[in-house]
Amino acid sequence: MKSAPFDYVRPRTVAEASALLAQAGVNAAAIAGGQSLVPMLNLRVAQVDLLVDLSRLDELKAVGETSENLQIGALTTHAAIEDGMIPDPFGGLMRRVASTISYRAVRNYGTIGGSIALADPAADWTGCLIALGAVVRIGGRNGAREQAVEDFVQGTYSTSLGPGEVILGFDVPRSDAPLRCGFAKVARKSGAFANSIAYVVVQGRGGLVTVVLAAAAPRPIVLAGAARHLASGVDSEDALRAAVADDLKTYLPDADPYETRLHISTVVRAARDMRTQT
Amino acid sequence: MKITVELNGAKVVHDVEPRETLADFVRDRCGLTATHLGCEHGACGACTVVVDGQVTRSCLVLAVMCDGRSIDTLEGLRNNPAMEVLRKHFHECHGLQCGFCTPGMLIMARDILQRLPGPDANTVRHELSGQICRCTGYTGIVKAIVAAGQELARDTPNG
Ligand SMILES: Cc1cc2nc3c(=O)[nH]c(=O)nc-3n(C[C@H](O)[C@H](O)[C@H](O)COP(=O)(O)OP(=O)(O)OC[C@H]3O[C@@H](n4cnc5c(N)ncnc54)[C@H](O)[C@@H]3O)c2cc1C
Ligand code: FES
Ligand code: FES
Repeated sequence: MKSAPFDYVRPRTVAEASALLAQAGVNAAAIAGGQSLVPMLNLRVAQVDLLVDLSRLDELKAVGETSENLQIGALTTHAAIEDGMIPDPFGGLMRRVASTISYRAVRNYGTIGGSIALADPAADWTGCLIALGAVVRIGGRNGAREQAVEDFVQGTYSTSLGPGEVILGFDVPRSDAPLRCGFAKVARKSGAFANSIAYVVVQGRGGLVTVVLAAAAPRPIVLAGAARHLASGVDSEDALRAAVADDLKTYLPDADPYETRLHISTVVRAARDMRTQT
Repeated sequence: MKITVELNGAKVVHDVEPRETLADFVRDRCGLTATHLGCEHGACGACTVVVDGQVTRSCLVLAVMCDGRSIDTLEGLRNNPAMEVLRKHFHECHGLQCGFCTPGMLIMARDILQRLPGPDANTVRHELSGQICRCTGYTGIVKAIVAAGQELARDTPNG
């Protein structure tokens, strides 16, 4: 289990990293925490000529808060979020999600930027950031651009990231009304990639509701029917189950009976979790 | 590529290949074989070491990425006070059989007791879910860590 040989550089700026990543004829890849890329290189499911180490770029570490949003640098680790090193104006949702990702030694290195760039269908941050309406900031040779995480993640290991582009960070909008966030996930073993993850985000009483189901399809699914039910104020879990079942017929027509029950149950548990948040 | 690290308290300079993992670096270049390699893809925890105070899977980081950092392997923690207490309880509670997982277990156990002093058995089990032991069935390991946590909390009531 050794990677094929490659060259390694440690650029000092994002501009330098972009230029290195965009070189014609060189198969270059960025590395942040390495918690996904190193095993992929060792298993030789990924092969590169050049590894561009982003992990010491201060530009990607900035964390800030305005009245409008929370800015999270791409290099922010799962462990830093778990430990409350960044603000979490989402009722502790991000802390709780972080603490369930893999194992502590992996969380000490794995970054939120690397997780979104990889776009593993079972990753925890994609669904979470989509549920919170986050925007990804991307830097490249032609300046910076922004895109909703929902549009950035396009499928299994597939994003809109172009040659030479680097994720700088994320802007997560804050709402005026207090947020109530719920989350539930099922994995065969704590720390393993999940089989189903659900997020429920409610803005204020009777406000906007977002329900996201992840690890069920190549990219997270926004469940419109379940959200409509939760926004209606009707307090019935049976009705919620029916609404999710309808959503699944639309978005996951090939789900088998086990998957259908699994996904319904994570959404119901996420909604229960949301109700316990005051 | 030349890297400089502080390995178990001593400055070490070595030429490494960029593809070399930290695990291969400490074992093959530096001859420190307490760090074991089980799965080499992040699943078993046998390779756990400490880099800049943080538990690290040495099979998942490249040696070049650790340039300028400080690395502790189990060899370097021989006289660490928490490690002495942990070793005693692993011995008394039958926390090991073949010993393959033990270096990673001890390093992770020390990290758990630092972050979550005096943990109960459930907490220990949860925190240990990334460390695989093929022999013991974990009961002795969990008991040992809980007992070590109680002893350390008793001796240092204010942390
Ligand atoms: C045993 C194990 C279990 C795991 N379980 C889970 C789990 O349950 N849930 C989960 O979500 N994750 C899980 N992970 C993955 C973990 O969260 C990774 O850390 C994460 O997916 C990738 O982050 P990284 O910083 O390590 O990225 P790297 O491995 O360094 O890079 C991953 C990819 O992202 C690219 N990249 C990295 N940073 C940037 C950037 N700033 N801009 C552009 N491209 C970039 C790289 O080129 C590469 O293609 C697990 C990992 C392991 C080893
Ligand atoms: S050898 Fe590193 S986690 Fe298994
Ligand atoms: S004692 Fe043999 S693997 Fe744990």
